[in-house]
Amino acid sequence: MQAYRPDARARGVASSGMLWSCALLLACACAPAVSRAALPDALDTTRTYLAPAPATGLEFHDVENDAGRGIDLHWKLSADDRARSQAVTGYVLERAQTPGGPWAVVDTLPRLTDSKTDDSVVRDTPYFYRVSVLGPGGPTRSLAAAGPAIARSSWFNTTRASVVAFVLLFFGFVLYYIYSAQSGHRPFVRRLAGIDAIEEAIGRATEMGRPVLFIPGVQDIDEIQTVAGLVILESVARLTAKYQTPILVPVSYPIPFTIAQEMVKSGYLHAGRPEAYDPDSVRFVSPEQFAYVAAITGIMLRDRPAAHIFMGSFFGESLMLAETGFSTGAIQVAGTANVHQLPFFVVACDYTLIGEELYAASAYLSGDAKLVGSLKGADALKVSIVIVIVVGCLLETFGVHAFTAWMTTQ
Amino acid sequence: MKREIPLFLTAVIGLFMIVSFFVPHQWVSVPADFLQQCAVIVVAFGYVLGGANVLRVSLEGISRRERDWPYKLVLVLSLLFTVIVGLFVDKQRWQDPGTISLWLYDNVYSSMQATMFALLAFYIASAAFRAFRVRSTEAALLAIAALIVMLGRVPIGDAAMTAIFHHAWIPHALRELKMSPIEEWIMNVPQSAAKRAVLIGAAMGVMATGLRVILGIERSYLGGGD
Repeated sequence: MQAYRPDARARGVASSGMLWSCALLLACACAPAVSRAALPDALDTTRTYLAPAPATGLEFHDVENDAGRGIDLHWKLSADDRARSQAVTGYVLERAQTPGGPWAVVDTLPRLTDSKTDDSVVRDTPYFYRVSVLGPGGPTRSLAAAGPAIARSSWFNTTRASVVAFVLLFFGFVLYYIYSAQSGHRPFVRRLAGIDAIEEAIGRATEMGRPVLFIPGVQDIDEIQTVAGLVILESVARLTAKYQTPILVPVSYPIPFTIAQEMVKSGYLHAGRPEAYDPDSVRFVSPEQFAYVAAITGIMLRDRPAAHIFMGSFFGESLMLAETGFSTGAIQVAGTANVHQLPFFVVACDYTLIGEELYAASAYLSGDAKLVGSLKGADALKVSIVIVIVVGCLLETFGVHAFTAWMTTQ
Repeated sequence: MKREIPLFLTAVIGLFMIVSFFVPHQWVSVPADFLQQCAVIVVAFGYVLGGANVLRVSLEGISRRERDWPYKLVLVLSLLFTVIVGLFVDKQRWQDPGTISLWLYDNVYSSMQATMFALLAFYIASAAFRAFRVRSTEAALLAIAALIVMLGRVPIGDAAMTAIFHHAWIPHALRELKMSPIEEWIMNVPQSAAKRAVLIGAAMGVMATGLRVILGIERSYLGGGD
């Protein structure tokens, strides 16, 4: 860091103002502590103020672990910037690409502020910074401009090293168990009552001659629960095709809508009944939460599906859908990883897939060795996480904080 | 090829996005941002497909005079009116005060949203009635925990405890018992522990599902065509 000579102006002080200010300061210093604490924060208009002392020690550092988009700046406060003091009203941070300017204001900051991250920089560009102090007596520029500060890109976010370790461990486990499952060592998967109930619900709908309603959540395709729900939809469509039962799939977002169409078509194809696929069975409704709810509850009450399957991400509408479905007497199976909505589904549905069971459903339904192997890999990582939690607790208990620091990410 | 190319693209872009989480350098972050912007554009085109589907399904229902077809008519007319007003009357100013679009938003759309949301109170009441029926040990535990949490969050809970236990013949430790600390303990200890367990499990499921899609193990989303 190089320092350049300032072009700050001298602090101008009128002699009469100085006398008056000194008298006021003396009066304040001699006053009892109680009356000093009761000094008003509002500017005293009867007083003549001096230009404040400059901010000093301006330092800069490239923000680490970023894409060269920020420079951290720190400075020492003006000597006049104290609690309850009126001599400083704020700071102005300026920057230029040469030490001589032209200077552009980065930000205006309140008093008692001694740091700022300039996140409006262009990477690999040198910048010079200076801080001016504002006060009722006029502004005072910094004694030196600091620079050149250059924001550079990092190749690796070191605070995420622990995440890399766990991701690699997870990939390792999954690939090992997939390989193991393909070699004939089929892992045990416990029975999931909620998924077994799906076939039972579809069978009941078939007996009653009514359709099956499948809701793949209310989120877009960037929500992984929607992906999980749509994968389950393929298996459900296969069953409805097998039993020759109509399926209704109202979807809230356009991309999941197109994928849902493919899923249902695929289910009918794999069941050997592609001619039975009805393109109108998958409908786009609305991405608006309660418009979607109104449409679904309307379908529940008018078409009276005998089975309602909710698989995906749900929010405030979960109870409205499940309670309306309950009132129609349909069998209801729900699955979501949104913890706050689980109680509502547990209350109003016959079966509920809790959290990870939603993601395991596709592997469970398909029985594919590779998919089941990936479940086992996730279980192995869970065991690892439990070990890490226990080890971390023990280390923290004995005052060793390095492990916790390594696990902390930004 | 219809399946191989999407699988290849999914694998390459999926792995690239994972790498972008760890590598902030512009050679990675800029393409990653670009890909995310592309996703927004693809979604925008998806709305055209969605809107066309709504119109097709509704118009077919109206033409066949299906049951409740007048509702479909209302839907189609509302949809067309909103789109026409937004595109040709309000144009770029549809969020400005005094426009028809803003009036529709404030006086029709918001009111209907609020009405639907308000219904939730009644659904909660009926669901709570069923949830708290004590028919087994687990249901009894649930009902007791729920009662403590509900009472612990309102002043009457502590007041009731004081009224019940504040007698000379009751041991001093019990006399000081309040509902709110018990409620806090239930929320902070058993509730948090169970919630975190579900969240950790769900996070594993997210990673497993993502990895299955990226590696092409889960490929049913591609449909059934070859």
